Amino acid sequence: MARVGVIVFPGSNCDHDAYHALKHVMNAEVTFLWHKETDVSGLDMIIVPGGFSYGDYLRSGAIARFSPIMQELIRYAQKGGPVMGICNGFQILLEAGLIPGAMRHNEQLKFICKDVHIRVESTQSIYTSSLQKDQLLTIPVSHGEGNYYIDNDGLKELQDNDQVLFRYVNAQGETTPEANINGSIDHIAGITNKHKNVLGMMPHPERAMERLLGKEDGKHIFESILQALAIA
Amino acid sequence: MFKAKVNVTLRPSILDPKGKAAHHALQNLGLTNIEGVRIGKFIEIDVQASNEEEARGIVESACSKLLANEVMEDFEIQFES
Repeated sequence: MARVGVIVFPGSNCDHDAYHALKHVMNAEVTFLWHKETDVSGLDMIIVPGGFSYGDYLRSGAIARFSPIMQELIRYAQKGGPVMGICNGFQILLEAGLIPGAMRHNEQLKFICKDVHIRVESTQSIYTSSLQKDQLLTIPVSHGEGNYYIDNDGLKELQDNDQVLFRYVNAQGETTPEANINGSIDHIAGITNKHKNVLGMMPHPERAMERLLGKEDGKHIFESILQALAIA
Repeated sequence: MFKAKVNVTLRPSILDPKGKAAHHALQNLGLTNIEGVRIGKFIEIDVQASNEEEARGIVESACSKLLANEVMEDFEIQFES
């Protein structure tokens, strides 16, 4: 059974959602990792959850990036360990330099909390290997700073290396300007690092796990991960 | 002790939604001569160092490691004399 760690920073608020999603819906073994811990041994994957770590002071994720657990997480990721950053977790991974780019305030300055459509752009990662290219998923977002930025050279590298996993699209799966909810460059909703073991995504798959609660498209992503981990 | 004043600003090529919103509000106030607004951060830092050069090195390292995100921000350091 896959063993998954969920990091808890002061101000994390999606840690329990991630725990519930993996433990009770996906039947994985899950442990919380307090930000002061330094032992990540024996874990098959680490999730950096959403929330407002350290009150998002200075910039989202900027302070969390220096906590003790993050130094271990960076080593874990550099050795190829799977790391998934969701929302604030994505922001923290950007600040830590595990994924290229940065987050700006949403173009319209509004905090956006709603269901969005994202399109699977690449299946060349453990996060999407059991999904279909161009598959549409409906998953909620909840962020004020999700406006992804990277310079032109960096963007080209992401595209050439197939690192963009998810883009914001409309219900028909098209990248219309209105579908790009926060103004992200190239409609980017989720990307990996070069080695594709580290994923950052703004939408919250852990909040779309059970039909009873409205939607379950997020489950497909976790199914893909757990399948890939079981084979590996 | 040295007192550093640091300005952290978004790079000119980066869209500044806060500045844009403030600009829009200023225009609504009738201040139509204002042609642009960019919003950054101002940070004061007290540093213990034997000379200004050393203090500057410390503040520079603080800026590039934490206070500014150089993917999209620039910083400028001034010392109070």
